[in-house]
Amino acid sequence: MRLLLMALIIAMAAGLAYAILSLPAESAGLSVYTTENIAISGVTNPVTAVLLNYRAYDTFLELGVLLLALLGVWSLGSTATASQRPSAPGPVLDNLARVLVPILIVVAGYLFWAGAYIPGGAFQAGAVLGAAGVLLILAGWRINHRLVGLPLRISLVLGLVVFAVVGTLFMLTDRQFLEFPPQYAGVLILLIEGLATLSIGIALAALFLGADPEEDDN
Amino acid sequence: MNLIFDTHWVMMLILLPLFGAVACFLWSRQAVTLGLITAVSVLLSVIALTLQVLEQGTLRYAVGGWGAPLGIDLYVDGLSLLMLIVTAVVGVAISVYSSAYFKPGKAKHYWPLWMFLWAALNSLFLSADIFNLYVTLELMGLAAVALVALSGSASALAAAMRYLLISLLGSLFYLMGVALLYHAYGTVDIALLAQQVESSPAVWAAIGLMVTGLLLKIALFPLHFWLPAAHSSAPAPVSALLSALVVKASFYILLRLWLDVFPEANLALSYLLGLLGASAIIWGGIQALYQTRLKLLIAYSTVMQIGYLFLAFPLASIIGWKAVFYLLLSHAIAKTAMFMAAGNILFYGGHDQIADLDRVAQRLPITLTAFGLAGISLMGLPPSGGFIAKWLLLEAIILSGQWWWAIILIAGGLLTGAYVFKVIGFAFTQAEVPHEPRMVPKRMEWVTLTVAVLAIMLGFMAPQLLALMDLGAPFGETMS
Amino acid sequence: MINTIFLYALAGVGLFSLGLYALIVHAHLLRKILAINIMGSGVFLVLVSLADRTQGIAPDPVPHAMVITGIVVAVSATALALTLMLRVRSETGQAELLEEPPK
Repeated sequence: MRLLLMALIIAMAAGLAYAILSLPAESAGLSVYTTENIAISGVTNPVTAVLLNYRAYDTFLELGVLLLALLGVWSLGSTATASQRPSAPGPVLDNLARVLVPILIVVAGYLFWAGAYIPGGAFQAGAVLGAAGVLLILAGWRINHRLVGLPLRISLVLGLVVFAVVGTLFMLTDRQFLEFPPQYAGVLILLIEGLATLSIGIALAALFLGADPEEDDN
Repeated sequence: MNLIFDTHWVMMLILLPLFGAVACFLWSRQAVTLGLITAVSVLLSVIALTLQVLEQGTLRYAVGGWGAPLGIDLYVDGLSLLMLIVTAVVGVAISVYSSAYFKPGKAKHYWPLWMFLWAALNSLFLSADIFNLYVTLELMGLAAVALVALSGSASALAAAMRYLLISLLGSLFYLMGVALLYHAYGTVDIALLAQQVESSPAVWAAIGLMVTGLLLKIALFPLHFWLPAAHSSAPAPVSALLSALVVKASFYILLRLWLDVFPEANLALSYLLGLLGASAIIWGGIQALYQTRLKLLIAYSTVMQIGYLFLAFPLASIIGWKAVFYLLLSHAIAKTAMFMAAGNILFYGGHDQIADLDRVAQRLPITLTAFGLAGISLMGLPPSGGFIAKWLLLEAIILSGQWWWAIILIAGGLLTGAYVFKVIGFAFTQAEVPHEPRMVPKRMEWVTLTVAVLAIMLGFMAPQLLALMDLGAPFGETMS
Repeated sequence: MINTIFLYALAGVGLFSLGLYALIVHAHLLRKILAINIMGSGVFLVLVSLADRTQGIAPDPVPHAMVITGIVVAVSATALALTLMLRVRSETGQAELLEEPPK
């Protein structure tokens, strides 16, 4: 059986390799179009221009995917068993968290800001922010009781909602959804990315935590 | 400004359920009310979009104002419009049903997930961009998996896990195909690809990858192994959504790609798909007949009905495509009614063992009537929607001269008849173990009957539905 | 230059195929989830590497953006899959899917 499977997969790989090698050696893809419009995209980093302007709708839905995954994880309930309860962090972890978390937050802020002109952006920054959250969770830090309900949920949906609201606002002025006027595009992208960074970071840390902290309290 | 003709209903159809999901998530105590409000507003938006499209013709919407190939386009023709309509109709019915079905502890998880699923379905049917379709496929897949796991039982969790792995695998095959097409032609827009695609190794590899990935998600025999467990262990309203809409959404993508992007030359592949479809009809029908649990029986019936959809591939005629699309619509409605009926029976008796359906006919006459009506449509008896679809399919088969498919069609009808009557028969006989019944909320029974009646009514709407399908000529221009 | 680009793309095909093999032969769910991620990396590598066929000018940014989108989707799906795996384990005592009765 395994030999047959191996043979099948090797045949598939060979076919794919042949297909890829048959592609033209030169292709500009869409880079001509992306370069032509970069001046009115609001940013100078072409990848950010694609993510937050030309194909912003993909990015918008993808923030939805992240939120949805968290909803799915929360709907599964608690997975923690007695043996998985966190033990008190040792002094090394505790001090490491104290030193690293502020640095990570600064790095996240820089990455988000830099995304407009060099590689970086909301997802990279959100990932670093999420890492800071994971470190805090490992070090035994838990979110304040007063913040676990609605405030936490609002922070999770903020990126998606502001994205949608900004996109919708311009529909009222005879534009399409997510069609930013060039003169405001830069500011709007910065606003959306900033809030998306926050939501992404919190969502990633929450995914690591597993169950809904509100339900864990009860 | 004219409200109906100037509003961006296309976007509203995606944004409304998305905002609905966020609202249900933020205010989970009011989730049922918020969900029902969203459901009604989505239905109204679909009606408005239909009016808009009937007045102005097919619609292309450039999100972000860029337009293909740089931006992402949405596209509405008869095909996407009918999918949106059937989704809205099933969606409202399911929402009403679910408002009584779930206990509050489950409802607060169910509603945001269901609203997300709805947003995913609508955005999928509207998308004209193969990469954007990948994102909507994942959105749909993750929502569906979480909904399957909702009951929390060991079997539901295992089914959800398998479903997730299959779903991700299918998506990756699809995405690899997208990568090849993009690097070959520098665009991911379906219309632009359709103009440029010609036979080449990259295109063939993309066809192989994308068709395989989508067949996994559609669960065409023999790739159906994950479906019965996932569809039968989910809560009843979720089973209905999966069988009626989620499986169809992947088929919709396949249909779009097949008609627009993949060149005509794949004759052998189309026969293979027809053959797999025929096997699915026979295999699914026989398996359904052998099942002892009602929901598993209905799930195998879905495996079978999926088979019919693939009979159009070897026929490759406009009437053949219309026939299977008609079948898709009537199956969606009939299967929703059937799973709702099974949900009522399960709710009432606490189990769905077919042999113990003791005197359900007397206790739940509305539910049993609904089950029978849905069965009529599945069997393809007049005057139901299923009848029109199979009639058209028979016509396409005769016109193509490939008479052997007709044998499958008739055998499938007989098998369906056999398993539907098996259930109805047991419902009338007295079982040895008496049930401890739990009252079924009236709302759940009546909405089940309404949907079942609609499945029959679909047979009377043939002229309108077939005319809508012609909008934008998704199946090609009719020769006149 | 061109040769390295295609070499990376072929490596992507290799990862995709290895991941597929591992997904099918391994029973443990963690390995299956890892295998899916390796397959995903393979697809991303194909997408990104072939974007550099622009002859001197900057690489095509569109596939890069697609990969970022794909990574976020992969992270989300992996998180859901891992949680589901833990739930399956706590309900059935093992992180494997039992073979279903032959049907």
